[in-house]
Amino acid sequence: MSFLRLSGLEAITITPESNFTNIGERTNVTGSRAFLRMIKENDFEAALSVAKEQVEGGAQIIDINMDEGMIDGKEAMVKFLNLIASEPDIARVPIMIDSSKWEIIVAGLKCIQGKGIVNSISLKEGEENFIQQAKLIKRFGAATVVMAFDENGQADSYERRIEICKRSYDILVEKLNFPAEDIIFDPNIFPVATGMEEHNNNALDFFRATKWIRENLPGAHVSGGVSNVSFSFRGNNAVREAMHAAFLYHAIQHGMDMGIVNPSMLEVYDEIDNELLLRVEDVLLNRRNDATERLLDFAESFVGEDKKKTVDLAWRDVPVAKRLEHALVKGIVDFIEDDTNECRLSMERPIQVIEGPLMDGMNVVGDLFGSGKMFLPQVVKSARVMKKAVAYLLPYIEEEKDGVAQAAGKIIMATVKGDVHDIGKNIVGVVLACNNYEVIDLGVMVSADKIIKAAIEHKADAIGLSGLITPSLDEMVYVAQEMERANLNIPLLIGGATTSKVHTAVKIEQHYTKGQTVYVLDASRSVTVVEQLLGQKKTDFVSELKTEYQRIREHHEKHRSAKELIGLEAAQNNRWQLTFDETTIKKPHHLGIQHIENQDLSELVPYIDWTPFFQTWDLHGKYPAILTDEIVGAEAQKLFQDAQHMLQQIVAEKWLTAKAAFGIFPANSVGDDIEIYADESRSTVLNIQHTLRQQTKKTAGQPNIALSDYIAPKTSGKIDYIGGFVVTTGHGIDAHVARFEAEHDDYNAIMLKALADRFAEAFAEFLHAKVRKETWGYAREEQLENNDLIAEKYIGIRPAPGYPACPDHTEKPGLFNLLNATELTGVSLTETLAMWPAAAVSGWYFAHPDAKYFGLGKITFEQVEAIAKRKNVPTSEMQRWLGSNLNE
Amino acid sequence: MTSIIDSLKNRILVLDGAMGTMIQRYKLEEADFRKGWFENHPSSLKGNNDLLSLTRPEIIQQIHREYLEAGADIIETNTFSGTWIAQADYGLENAVYDINFHGAKIAREVADEFTKLTPNKPRFVAGSIGPTNRTASISPDVNDPGFRGITFDELVNAYTAQTEALLDGGCDILLVETVFDTLNAKAALFAIDEVFEKRNVRLPIMVSGTITDQSGRTLTGQTTDAFLVSVQHMPLLSIGLNCALGANMMRPYLQILSKQAPFAVSAHPNAGLPNEFGQYDETAAMMGEQIEEYLKEGIINIIGGCCGTTPDHIRRMAEIAKNYQPRPLPANLLK
Repeated sequence: MSFLRLSGLEAITITPESNFTNIGERTNVTGSRAFLRMIKENDFEAALSVAKEQVEGGAQIIDINMDEGMIDGKEAMVKFLNLIASEPDIARVPIMIDSSKWEIIVAGLKCIQGKGIVNSISLKEGEENFIQQAKLIKRFGAATVVMAFDENGQADSYERRIEICKRSYDILVEKLNFPAEDIIFDPNIFPVATGMEEHNNNALDFFRATKWIRENLPGAHVSGGVSNVSFSFRGNNAVREAMHAAFLYHAIQHGMDMGIVNPSMLEVYDEIDNELLLRVEDVLLNRRNDATERLLDFAESFVGEDKKKTVDLAWRDVPVAKRLEHALVKGIVDFIEDDTNECRLSMERPIQVIEGPLMDGMNVVGDLFGSGKMFLPQVVKSARVMKKAVAYLLPYIEEEKDGVAQAAGKIIMATVKGDVHDIGKNIVGVVLACNNYEVIDLGVMVSADKIIKAAIEHKADAIGLSGLITPSLDEMVYVAQEMERANLNIPLLIGGATTSKVHTAVKIEQHYTKGQTVYVLDASRSVTVVEQLLGQKKTDFVSELKTEYQRIREHHEKHRSAKELIGLEAAQNNRWQLTFDETTIKKPHHLGIQHIENQDLSELVPYIDWTPFFQTWDLHGKYPAILTDEIVGAEAQKLFQDAQHMLQQIVAEKWLTAKAAFGIFPANSVGDDIEIYADESRSTVLNIQHTLRQQTKKTAGQPNIALSDYIAPKTSGKIDYIGGFVVTTGHGIDAHVARFEAEHDDYNAIMLKALADRFAEAFAEFLHAKVRKETWGYAREEQLENNDLIAEKYIGIRPAPGYPACPDHTEKPGLFNLLNATELTGVSLTETLAMWPAAAVSGWYFAHPDAKYFGLGKITFEQVEAIAKRKNVPTSEMQRWLGSNLNE
Repeated sequence: MTSIIDSLKNRILVLDGAMGTMIQRYKLEEADFRKGWFENHPSSLKGNNDLLSLTRPEIIQQIHREYLEAGADIIETNTFSGTWIAQADYGLENAVYDINFHGAKIAREVADEFTKLTPNKPRFVAGSIGPTNRTASISPDVNDPGFRGITFDELVNAYTAQTEALLDGGCDILLVETVFDTLNAKAALFAIDEVFEKRNVRLPIMVSGTITDQSGRTLTGQTTDAFLVSVQHMPLLSIGLNCALGANMMRPYLQILSKQAPFAVSAHPNAGLPNEFGQYDETAAMMGEQIEEYLKEGIINIIGGCCGTTPDHIRRMAEIAKNYQPRPLPANLLK
């Protein structure tokens, strides 16, 4: 018999002596919100560090899953695997490629040089599909997880588990000659202690099936996602860790030899509190009927360990609405009828008790559950309290003569086609049923036509769809389309682990216009949502929802379209068409080049923006708040004191010489270029400034901006103006830096450079203000504090070549020539077009009141070619300069 | 596979030596690489040795002949760079079929000549499948580690074309060699497996990896045993190591393969490490001495030479190999 061997950069062999091989689970977007956020935000650095932590934390294999409806799973998988390949600390372990989408699995297999594991395949879609996938996996040289799942659904009993595993094994080994040791069965770990009786044997059945597989299917391994078992104790880590440890202990005894485990969420079996262990094992092994309740009781004492449990009746003294809330949250039925009655007497109508305090209480339950502070069984308990209160009120509601309809209605529930996960759906069913709704549960893997047929047949008031795996999202869209086609107009509720409000708003809602689609966060919300959809507040609720979903769609569109580029001509046609008349064009007081030979540094000090100064030192935070920051405050203060001290010396002892060249010239735009003229006759062109245009796809009404849009077109016949400047505070710095360095005083050498940079920026700010108020004079009345300057509250802008609005450094020589800047300021341009001395700032002045800073973003190769042609330089050269903006 | 396995059961087989080193002796010029085939090709072709099977076939024949005379049981086709990926540098993507087909055909003819003379010692032709000059596991751009210069699909596409032509030309064996990136090799094996299935044939496959330095790892960072595990899904004839290292330095890694591989084990080391002029200095006698060490240990089934080796080296190896028993073949090869 051969052993399962796997490899990353190193090889591992799984032998009977290996005991248990542990698979890291944190690099899974469906299991870790933090990881999902990193992938969504494209923060692959952080995502890599999660993988690294897993390996360092003892994971022998890492499971990677990118199944999320709102990300491109295939692209994310490929990117992440490629990045992992260049991190030897991670790549040393084998990879488990985890997806419910076959195309993602294949894409992943194409990225790993080692022998990894596919997670997973199954007989879900029949033998032919299964054989085809297994054959390809073999050709790629991977092992595979096989789920206990067939055409009839997921195995949930001992018998079904072994039946499906045996059948899968025989096909693989006998028909395909698939190495038996490369088969890893996942016989489905399901939650226990959910509050539902049919789940009581979940762990035990898994144990027994594991034993059977190991004894009867030679070579095959058994694995599973351990954290599933404690799903109903989300938020209570102490209990979960104990459950994982106890579950693993028994599963390993029965032959489970691999598993997806978060090593940091695992208690040591022997160190589990005896009382807790007893109760956990009662649940796992289904040893007594009240096992769940006993564990639940005990679990509560484990949440807030210092709060000792005593029968505290202090809550009885608060107002009745608060008492109802308390009873719902705590699941206390003892006083519910009295409290409900008391509340009813204080209200005009009995229904208001439900719509008011009871619903408020259920919302609190929902919030607590959502934040992981309550567990599913507790929510079920709350629902029972609710049911009791409602039952008490019903006779009074019916008694009312004005014929107010009661809130109850019929709801069709189904897990959509292709998906078999139904825990969540069942819980929603229980909660709704507890609240007097009639629930018609169609089960799992239900096709759209079945759902619609049932809805029509039963005259349902709403349809609830559930799903856990990613492909279910697409199926839900399909169901919505089919409901539209069938002319249904009842509300459509969407729920399940991979669903989200964004997905519902962006992908589902607009396909179903005749009724309202609602995303339901969790079971506890279902009552509130249904109540509102079917009750008197329906119109308000629906219109609020529509507004909210519209806003979500717009937001999403904005983010999405940021990535799409349009053609250059289309972008030019969508230029920003500003008004150019006497209100927006101001004739400058002085035209032509001017310069400042030796600017008084003390005048610049008030213009210093200190925030970037701290950033230079890796202290992040806004000045002045950073000085009192809890973490870096002390460090920042010390640094600031030292800076102030040196600042005084710089000014008093004139360490630095500040020089500037600047000027304003007549100008007009010609397409995306700006022609700058010698005088107002506009007969001599001094310089052509070439600007780049945004090409990202904009939402309707938003322009694709280029700096040339801020200058009146030549065709308008109007004379407009543009300014330019070069400032430096870098002269004289070398001697002092050399002095510090000679003393090995790097601290002060860096300090001086950082301060010189700040002075240069301050000089640019100072000069801009001077130009606005005097030289150009279009903002003579301006009164701005330094904070306002930093916040760019002034009129007009001063973008610099090399910065987001004009990333093209090759515009600098033109600017320098225009201003005769090298001669006047002593600042020269290096081969790479950097300014020397380094403490220097250059840029253009635009005075149009609508001019604002913007980022160019990505551009197409077409625009690179176009600008190269306009500048008359080789395209390859422009491509080099604009590489980081070029879309690939 | 029977006939080569019969041979492997009984003795250590000898693979040939370097092709490039031998070609260098002819001091060829640009015209030699164009003759009759690429006279008007716009870019320089000098150094594209695989073309010589077309433009100077008599040279390639002669080199094969010299190795067979020296005692080689297996000769490698002159097709190391016979993928469109490697040929793209010369703008000769379209020449790939001819390079491989004729490369295999020439070797086939010469091998058959020798088999006819000594039918009890059959000679085999191994179609050489090189790694290409791109890597699927490493980014060529240090600033963008997620980037790839070549994809798995492109590699499969290129290797499929090469495999088809090598089979058409009459190879007995396919040799995926100088594997510095296992993902490239997996793509080659994937392509071969598909071609085999399509044609309903199964030729013996040899895989030979390259451990780049004393760290004992491939260029893409895999240890020797990880490399083995990563290609073990294919029913190979042999697995082994070639290039980069001299015979001495290869020994510990060959021991690992010998211990773990359910296949025959091959080695074709360089004639030592290149000197400062890029030449290989180890003589036939020096290499023979080192190789004898592992033949004594019984860890080898197929021995040959890579860069810098010549018919003299191979002759010496063949003489030594005769004196030792091969590593016992794993049971699954004997089935």
